[in-house]
Amino acid sequence: MGENEQAYVKLQNINKTFGNFKASDDVSFTVEKGKLIGLLGPSGSGKTTLLRILAGLETADSGDIYIDGKEVNHVPASKRGIGFVFQNYALFRYKTVFDNIAFGLKIQKWNKTDIKNRVEELIELVGLKGLEKRYPKQLSGGQRQRVAFARALATQPNLLLLDEPFAAIDAKVRKELRGWLRELINQMGITSIFVTHDQDEAIEVADEIIVMNQGKIEQIGTPVDVYSNPQSPFVVQFLGEPVSIRDYTQFKGFHESGGSSRAVIRPEFVTVTRKKEFNPYPVTTEEGVVERVAFRGNVLELTVRVQNELFIAHRQIGQELISEGEHVNVFLQRMYLVDDAGQTVKIAVNEALREEESVVI
Amino acid sequence: MRKKKSVIPGFGLSFGIVMAILGLIVIIPLCSLVVFSMKLSFHDFIVTVTRPRVLASYKVSILTAFIASVINAVMGLAIAWVLVRYKFPGKRIMDGIIELPFALPTAVAGIALTHLTVPEGWVGKIFAKTGVKIAYTRIGITIALVFIGIPFVVRSVQPVLEKVEAEYEEAAAMFGASRVQIFFQVIFPEIRPALIAGFTMAFARSIGEYGSVVFIAGNTPYKTEITPLMIMAKLQEFDYASATSIALVMLLISFVILFVNAVIQSFTSKIVSGIE
Repeated sequence: MGENEQAYVKLQNINKTFGNFKASDDVSFTVEKGKLIGLLGPSGSGKTTLLRILAGLETADSGDIYIDGKEVNHVPASKRGIGFVFQNYALFRYKTVFDNIAFGLKIQKWNKTDIKNRVEELIELVGLKGLEKRYPKQLSGGQRQRVAFARALATQPNLLLLDEPFAAIDAKVRKELRGWLRELINQMGITSIFVTHDQDEAIEVADEIIVMNQGKIEQIGTPVDVYSNPQSPFVVQFLGEPVSIRDYTQFKGFHESGGSSRAVIRPEFVTVTRKKEFNPYPVTTEEGVVERVAFRGNVLELTVRVQNELFIAHRQIGQELISEGEHVNVFLQRMYLVDDAGQTVKIAVNEALREEESVVI
Repeated sequence: MRKKKSVIPGFGLSFGIVMAILGLIVIIPLCSLVVFSMKLSFHDFIVTVTRPRVLASYKVSILTAFIASVINAVMGLAIAWVLVRYKFPGKRIMDGIIELPFALPTAVAGIALTHLTVPEGWVGKIFAKTGVKIAYTRIGITIALVFIGIPFVVRSVQPVLEKVEAEYEEAAAMFGASRVQIFFQVIFPEIRPALIAGFTMAFARSIGEYGSVVFIAGNTPYKTEITPLMIMAKLQEFDYASATSIALVMLLISFVILFVNAVIQSFTSKIVSGIE
């Protein structure tokens, strides 16, 4: 433990199998105190299992769990100092908001006035004043989440675990709640880990993202780091809106790179301009045909065919409209090259940009 | 203004069938009860339904039915719990046997139970040593009513218990709640409405039970005569007016029991559905 005194949570070589399904495959990571961590992965990637093992709701087949420097492998869930927010909140339907939040305190035999004060404080904190006597079904999805949050925090845990905290809420309210939750967790300084399959959610809310796939950790890093420097083919394919290309060497500005025959490109790396518009990199610009134009609200999404490969590009609404069938200039800024063994990812930058960069230096 | 038609066709036809069946098998027979008892003046009606022997029979019926239903609520909950929560060999068979009291002619059950519990019977022998008589006493009646009432409770609680999500229990366990606390504070409130429904159905059914009870009851006036037996006795005397009058009282009792249940159910469903 000496090398990382900051580590509040530490998982070491966790393995867990359900029948033939490997839910955790030698997983290790540490979480610093006070950080908000997003466990991101597709369904079946083992992220919820990991959260449940950490909480003590599931037992690992092998491996060690440390919380605050203490090994807790055999410590029951209730003694780990954890608050848990369940995916569907698991609020007690026949208890009022007040009784739901007070539940843990009653179990832990707090005295009545302390319970009352604590619950009122929490209700104030999560902004549900006046709704104490409501039953869960008389609340909106967002309000229910706040109750679940307050209930998890009632017993003053040092670690907060949230399983898909926004999955059961309408898209509009979800955005609002993300910001709210982030702020509240920061304000309280409580170490938190949440599970999500939604990359926007993880990128927006988390201090650090752990990307999981098939029971393994693919990458750990800040949202910026994970998004812009994907380290594994899976992460490349999972984040952003990736488009796969088979033969990238046919495009101007990109050369053969040893061992990689496949590339992935995201819409933000594809610049589409009309023929008459100014083009700063004429030498490495390709010509393409617009096959489809789709309105996406804040952007236009263009599907462009260049030398038999299809690319997706975005164009701002304010810019001149491009119509289907139009011949356009397509400039590819960069790509992620996936090596043939499917192990590593390299970033390939268009020659024109590289020269420019070297000039600047 | 044109009437808005429902998207689902056939309301008129299906509603008509429902009303016809309800009318034929429920409403008309029940109305005829009222009409028949109208042959007596109100004073005679009161006298008929409050004769000491009849009053004693109400007491026997309600008391034994109530005790039997309380026993059924506890036992039925336990059976449902075992059937839902554990895996064991023969579970399917046990699950099937629960419904036997529904299918079996009640007279068969009555004869079997009587044979078993008379002082010479297998079970009666054991109790006879301690001086407890089962057959031909109220205890016997209660046992017969437990037999016919048990499926009501099990079949009401079972599906609800199956749907209680593990998350509730885990949420409680995270706070260190014991198994007992989890059961009484988390699971029990979830299944309480179903348990009450099962209890009232068993209770309502038990009050009117005749076939299985007459054999084991012994039918001693004032002691082990149940109300349905009083009705039967009046019919055998061709005193239809008295028979229907007593029947009307039973109808009233059943109605009150079901009404109380409906009130409780609507109260709990308000909490669950969230409609104020």
